[in-house]
Amino acid sequence: MAAEKSTIDALGQFHLDTGLGAIGRSVNFANSNIMMVVAAALVLLALHYGMRRRAVVPGRLQALAEIGYQFIHDMCVEQIGEEGKRFFPFVFALFFFILIGNLIGLFPYFFTFTSHIAVTAALAVLVIVLVTAVALRIHGLHFFSYFWPEGAPVVLAPLIVPIEIISYISRPVSLSIRLFANMTAGHVMFEVFATFMLMLVGALGAFGYVLALGPLVINVALMGFEVLVAFLQAYVFAVLTCIYLHDAVHLH
Amino acid sequence: MSEEQGGAGGSFEERLDAARDRHGLDRAASAERGAGEPPEGANPMAVGLRVGVELVSALVVALAIGYGLDRWLHTRPLFLILFVMLGGAAGVLNVWRLFAPRGGGSSRGTG
Repeated sequence: MAAEKSTIDALGQFHLDTGLGAIGRSVNFANSNIMMVVAAALVLLALHYGMRRRAVVPGRLQALAEIGYQFIHDMCVEQIGEEGKRFFPFVFALFFFILIGNLIGLFPYFFTFTSHIAVTAALAVLVIVLVTAVALRIHGLHFFSYFWPEGAPVVLAPLIVPIEIISYISRPVSLSIRLFANMTAGHVMFEVFATFMLMLVGALGAFGYVLALGPLVINVALMGFEVLVAFLQAYVFAVLTCIYLHDAVHLH
Repeated sequence: MSEEQGGAGGSFEERLDAARDRHGLDRAASAERGAGEPPEGANPMAVGLRVGVELVSALVVALAIGYGLDRWLHTRPLFLILFVMLGGAAGVLNVWRLFAPRGGGSSRGTG
């Protein structure tokens, strides 16, 4: 129990491993992928069993499904406008996939797939490709006026256009970095404070057990904070997707 | 049954509104609607992190473009220098968009 660890291995928890035994090893099915499947299955199961009874007065699971639906629906209509209803399924899937991914990462022995920038970058690229495709579909080539503010002096074009293009391309980068950095930082802090406890006990013996209460209390508080961060980051990701979709639909 | 619902409808709405007011539910909803941005304004650390991420991501994109152009055209430091400056400007533009008031005609700030 009082295992002595001389170094803090904060990043070992993000190590990718193959799952599902020999089959997983041969097709490179990682533990991260298992968690993605679990998250998707959890969302689908909750929705399926929540909406199966279709009671007028909802039970707990049905209330959860209805609140989730209403929340995302309001977000879409509010941020994008009436056209936002067409993007509701996408935003709904995105929000709940990220939210469940953030939340199940907080359980012991579970893997946080949103703590890998490859995953968050893939999601962000998906968003930005969709946004650009929507803008091109609705506005055609007029979309490229997005990079040119109306009424600006033409002399400044070589300065403004690259800046606007960089600003546009930096959207998926900032989207992915924000989610990845928040999740990684939280889990690193868990690991660091947990290792403090082991180090205190290893170094000071019985007195160390008393002192180890400090990091333990911090970790408990941190867990509450991380639940907040899990919700907040999923919300921020979904809201920013909606804002970008609003820009794509209305252009200016 | 429908008669009962119709008769109680008006008073039920009133009672529901009163209950929501009592528990402060409408106030939270309307405050969120007014902001139009993620509710991070309350937390200074989150705002700082967000601004930092915006600045850095614009710079990263600009660096990548500059480096790529230099590799392509064999003009090693030229585009890198140029795009680092443009990237800094784009980062400031991102931050401006973050805090600029949304709504109205010029919703995207300068853009």
